[in-house]
Amino acid sequence: MYETQYHRATSVEGAARLMGEAEDGKYLAGGMTLIPTMKQRLASPSDLIDLRRIEALKGIKIDGRKVRIGAVTTHYDVSVNEELAKICPAITNLASHIGDPQVRNMGTIGGSIANNDPAADYPSAMLALDATIITNQRSVPASAFFTGLFETALEPDEIITAVEFTTPDKAAYKKFPNPASLYAMAGVFVARSGDRVRVAVTGAGENGVYRLKDAETALASSFGPSALDTLSVNPDGLLSDLHATAEYRANLVKVMAKRAVAEIANRPM
Amino acid sequence: MGVEGIGARVLRKEDKRFITGKGRYTDDMVVPGMKHAAFVRSPHAHAKVTSIDAEAAKKMPGVIGVLTGKELKADGIGNLICGWMVHSKDGSPMKMGAWSPLATDAVRYVGDAVVIVVADTKGQARDAAEAVEVTYEELPVVVNAVAAMKQGAPQLHPEASGNLIFDWDLGDEKATSDAFAKAAHVTKLDIVNNRLVPNAMEPRATLGVYDAAEDHFTCWTTSQNPHVARLVMSAFYNVAPENKLRVIAPDVGGGFGSKIFIYPEEVICLWASKKTGVPVKWAADRSESFLADAHGRDHATHAEIAFDKDNRIVGLKVQTVANFGAYMSLFSSSVPTYLYATLLSGQYDIPAIHANVKAVYTNTAPVDAYRGAGRPEASFVVERIMETAARELKVSPAELRRKNFIRSFPHQTPVIMTYDAGDFDATLDAATKAADYAGFEKRRDEAAKRGKLRGIGMSCYIEACGIAPSAAVGSLGAGVGLWESAEVRVNAVGTIEILTGSHSHGQGHETTFAQLAAERFGVPIDSVSIVHGDTDKVQMGMGTYGSRSGAVGMSAIVKALDKVEAKAKKIAAHLLEADEADIEIKNGDVKVAGTDKSLPWFQVALAAYTAHNLPSGMEPGLKEGAFYDPSNFTFPGGCHICEVEIDPDTGTTEIVQFVAADDFGKIINPMIVEGQVHGGLAQGIGQALLEGTHYDDSGQLLTASYMDYTMPRAQNLPSFNVMTTETVCPSNPLGIKGCGEAGAIGSPPAVINAITDAIHNNDLTMPATPQIVWAAIQAVK
Ligand SMILES: Cc1cc2nc3c(=O)[nH]c(=O)nc-3n(C[C@H](O)[C@H](O)[C@H](O)COP(=O)(O)OP(=O)(O)OC[C@H]3O[C@@H](n4cnc5c(N)ncnc54)[C@H](O)[C@@H]3O)c2cc1C
Repeated sequence: MYETQYHRATSVEGAARLMGEAEDGKYLAGGMTLIPTMKQRLASPSDLIDLRRIEALKGIKIDGRKVRIGAVTTHYDVSVNEELAKICPAITNLASHIGDPQVRNMGTIGGSIANNDPAADYPSAMLALDATIITNQRSVPASAFFTGLFETALEPDEIITAVEFTTPDKAAYKKFPNPASLYAMAGVFVARSGDRVRVAVTGAGENGVYRLKDAETALASSFGPSALDTLSVNPDGLLSDLHATAEYRANLVKVMAKRAVAEIANRPM
Repeated sequence: MGVEGIGARVLRKEDKRFITGKGRYTDDMVVPGMKHAAFVRSPHAHAKVTSIDAEAAKKMPGVIGVLTGKELKADGIGNLICGWMVHSKDGSPMKMGAWSPLATDAVRYVGDAVVIVVADTKGQARDAAEAVEVTYEELPVVVNAVAAMKQGAPQLHPEASGNLIFDWDLGDEKATSDAFAKAAHVTKLDIVNNRLVPNAMEPRATLGVYDAAEDHFTCWTTSQNPHVARLVMSAFYNVAPENKLRVIAPDVGGGFGSKIFIYPEEVICLWASKKTGVPVKWAADRSESFLADAHGRDHATHAEIAFDKDNRIVGLKVQTVANFGAYMSLFSSSVPTYLYATLLSGQYDIPAIHANVKAVYTNTAPVDAYRGAGRPEASFVVERIMETAARELKVSPAELRRKNFIRSFPHQTPVIMTYDAGDFDATLDAATKAADYAGFEKRRDEAAKRGKLRGIGMSCYIEACGIAPSAAVGSLGAGVGLWESAEVRVNAVGTIEILTGSHSHGQGHETTFAQLAAERFGVPIDSVSIVHGDTDKVQMGMGTYGSRSGAVGMSAIVKALDKVEAKAKKIAAHLLEADEADIEIKNGDVKVAGTDKSLPWFQVALAAYTAHNLPSGMEPGLKEGAFYDPSNFTFPGGCHICEVEIDPDTGTTEIVQFVAADDFGKIINPMIVEGQVHGGLAQGIGQALLEGTHYDDSGQLLTASYMDYTMPRAQNLPSFNVMTTETVCPSNPLGIKGCGEAGAIGSPPAVINAITDAIHNNDLTMPATPQIVWAAIQAVK
């Protein structure tokens, strides 16, 4: 790791100010991505501005079906929130399958979506839940937030403060993990509200998270795993690497989609 | 058996310190004035080094020295060697290319060390290492051994034309072809034994300390065999004569073979300490471990087995290409030859075997012994082809094996080894019974109803431990003898120190070795200490690998204990005025048999040291040493059965049952043996299902971190069902065979046999990841 200056911010405004003063600053949340990158000498920020102690960024608020998750809330805290599990078990379940216990106790939802790793789990939930990403400057719909591999709509000094969404009637997330890293090799989040179905896929697309529109259409007319029997997922545009060829990923996307749909169809809520 | 003697499940004495984080490892060592090293390593797999500019680096903060291979050479430090001479079938000696600890004119794999930087802190050393400007002229690269043998392939070493190190034969080629000519059935198989990265929990580290006043070196290092390290560094690398070089291997966090070898870093840090005048410490980070630890396996093999009309094996032919990487590591030549082809007879009575092995240089990390070293590769060939043959012949895999078992011992195989003892029916019976092998088809049908493909596979492996009779290995080319030494020191108060040339890096020697003394004298194991890992304390030793610490290391201790016991009895007989033959030592007392005359053990010890009243002419003291040279290898064997369920939609394999029935001979501590088997199985299953090492065509290691290299996790493994049967090993005084590697040797073929059974496709490469299994299912759909 190269030398860096560490700052602990106590307010969102303070953090933004520190960033303005820094030569080449970076916000730090759980550090699960940023710190290993720095240790490998692939990143060398002059300043690290730690967001984790900012009260305004912490915690989960639930109001009826409206959910607000503060940006520095850890994956662990999401995974064990009972109130949230009652109205949206898909997201607590998703959080409980991120990485390993160490990662879940450090990594944050804000860090995960700011980073927009093509294999991260949360982006699929944000897209399928039609969530809104709240920053210190504006609100951005998830559909406009994730713009490509490790790319988002965030300005360099912009801070994610929270994500907000209205829980769907039913939702489920199915993930096929990369055997080594445990990141998603194909993760499919299905959300259903009335007749409206949204299906978002992570881990597979060359440009990161995306919606599987063919599946949405098929499921809107008849909701059930068999509605996807004839779905054909095109390997073109899917990632191909050591662990999974594009063909294999296309298969996984379909299998995970069907399993998510089956879970919803078999679950009372 | 006493409560702490032979056969007792004594808890491991060393675990308190390991579990509470109080172990003392090389990187924990701090000496006054110590500085830190970082290496500049080649980013290219093959290149000429045209220039090295260290000026900018030398001016960086905290930098004490920036040293190159030219300076190392100028100071007379020698090239690294392979210490086992193998001759090609044409009689020519193996073609060893030069391996300079720091590259001088060329680099041959990504991670090849080029420059060492010494600085006040590790961070400063790394910063300065980045500032060293090495100019490379890139050369064409070859990473696959079969490709490296082709005409026009890039050439690594001028000494080895066609990258061929040796072309070695074992067995009778003519007799084998004759047998094949008369065969009723021949089964053929092409298999790859995948390259593995050892991944010991503790990365390699070394601390080199040069004392100018004494002209003396101390090397702290992560070694499985500190005495061999000293011998090789003195005799071949010209670091210092043995009396001026102390090597200490303190607690070592796992080795699995990868810490047998003498690596460039140890030699360089010692030399750099003298050159810079400060103690120099280096500790690898995980990325360096991936790149620059010796890897394991990496064989491509074609095998054919011939049967007569009664399904008896009449011959076996094996052709293997072994990838050696960029340089010949210390024992690399022995692994795919004398530790591999000599085991190709398996548990079977095979009249004719012929094996050919080609050893090949490639632009990859050096390959050497890794848990099992040659025997996993052999058992993979034999047990995959036996299962395949059974399927072709449409007979039960268990019965085909049983029909061909060796049943009379000693048995001379056509490939050097003489098996001394074994009962292969016993392990097969135990495993098939425990696994309910006979009831499998019902379980397969039940799984099919749940949409799962269920399969079962077995492996009846044999291996060779207790390496090895010195004269025998000497005649096969070993540069060292493979005996072991021990010294038993009884202190004046009766407590005992056992000094051993074996080295514990996870095996639990501090417990099992103490159990030998507890058994012998009836003393608590808490009063027995094991001393190892320091060339200044233990006179000489050959270290720990090849499951030799039991059969060879403990045998040396037994011999020393015999001598101590004999002297103690003489002293006791004198003090108790009895006949020496009537003295017995039991439960901590030294008694005259059949009388109530006795002395506590400590009083005999005390008498030896006060020397007030010893038999006339006897030397004071109670301390004896012994060297033990085994008369044969030992031959653990067993039967492993794996049962899997596969999700056909994703290709995911779940091991639903794993049974291991092993014959390790006599067992000193069953709990430790079970632990060794569990660890070995985890590694073998890791090789079969998870661990893939991939270089791209330009020689970059793609699987250089845990993001891409899959180590086995608890969730990948079932609860193992392990058991032992016993045939006493006649080749050593304890009757033991060794258990450290069997798990990793027996399990991979069992796993792959199970998966191929489940998916009805025998063409499956390791690691059988979900993607590979899914593709294999699609291929036969
Ligand atoms: C071994 C391992 C396994 C993992 N497995 C998974 C997995 O299975 N699934 C998965 O989804 N993820 C996985 N992760 C990623 C992890 O869960 C984190 O979500 C991720 O590392 C980023 O979150 P963080 O809080 O650690 O962010 P950091 O590493 O601190 O920051 C990441 C980036 O986001 C920026 N950032 C952080 N917070 C904010 C904010 N509030 N506003 C603006 N920018 C911000 C930082 O500046 C930085 O650029 C894994 C990580 C590891 C190390």
